[in-house]
Amino acid sequence: MELCVNGEKLHLPDGATIQALLDHYKLQSVRVAVELNRDIVAKKAYLNTGLKSGDTVEIVTFVGGG
Amino acid sequence: MTSTTLKIGPYELQSRLIVGTGKYSSLELMQQCHHESGAQVVTVAVRRERLLDKNSGRNILDFIDPQKYILLPNTAGCFNAEEVVRVAKLGREMLTGSGYRGADWVKLECLGDTKTLLPEPVGTLEALKILVKDGFQVLVYCSDDVMLCKRIKEAGAAAVMPAGSPIGSGLGVLNPNAIRIILEQLKENDPAYPIIVDAGVGTASDVAAAMELGVDGVLLNTAVAGATEPAKMARAMMLATESGRLAYEAGRIPRKLYATASSPWEGRINV
Repeated sequence: MELCVNGEKLHLPDGATIQALLDHYKLQSVRVAVELNRDIVAKKAYLNTGLKSGDTVEIVTFVGGG
Repeated sequence: MTSTTLKIGPYELQSRLIVGTGKYSSLELMQQCHHESGAQVVTVAVRRERLLDKNSGRNILDFIDPQKYILLPNTAGCFNAEEVVRVAKLGREMLTGSGYRGADWVKLECLGDTKTLLPEPVGTLEALKILVKDGFQVLVYCSDDVMLCKRIKEAGAAAVMPAGSPIGSGLGVLNPNAIRIILEQLKENDPAYPIIVDAGVGTASDVAAAMELGVDGVLLNTAVAGATEPAKMARAMMLATESGRLAYEAGRIPRKLYATASSPWEGRINV
């Protein structure tokens, strides 16, 4: 399936979850927040939230700011 | 002897200085500056995770001790209410269950354009109302317009944070008169209501002068991160915040045009 993750196209095997997406990028769930099609996904739902082709995902973290 | 504490939203703070985490040449230097500043609250921004170039896997939170600091997520870089609310919720989600304090508040920043970085008042008020309804304690970055500050307080802001001058400009508090009126108007019958000068200070005297006006705190970033020796400036800002506040609480003498002798006239030998 084809996803749009942080504005970039990504191919993942069908049936992948949010957790699989984070694993793909080697990201720790404790350091990020995830939006799936503009809705925030709670951390405890990462394992059970499946993705489908055409989904738009945002993965954000904290950076330096004032 | 130390100055009185500051209560904003759910937090009671000994330090009246809030510092940013941006623009440091290294995370180690940022950490050192936070320590020197004595601040208990540090601001952070929400951005897309870098998926390909991960900056050697270091995350800014690894350099911020959750026991020592409360995080204040901001909505920097947002230009309308919708973006502000979206970013605020992402910041809250990141902090929820993270071991860090700060999930319950946000620094609302809704900008007008990229050149002035001045706050956009209509979007700011609109976003504030939505966030308050959603249960956020909202600290609102805004211009030093007295009436706007009143409206922001009335809309339920936990703190009003007028800019001293444009972000990163180092010009200090350009209109102390406006800040004085804001203080009078917003603190009338509500003296503990927090007013923070956010943005524009350049050096320690700017911070001390702001604090002497009677504001409850100062939020700054560039003045420290951009100094030639940031850690020294962080220390200077800590001392300036405390000395400005103490001077305010002590109550300064009135300004006069002519001299008043400090030594007695009586008993001089040359009469």
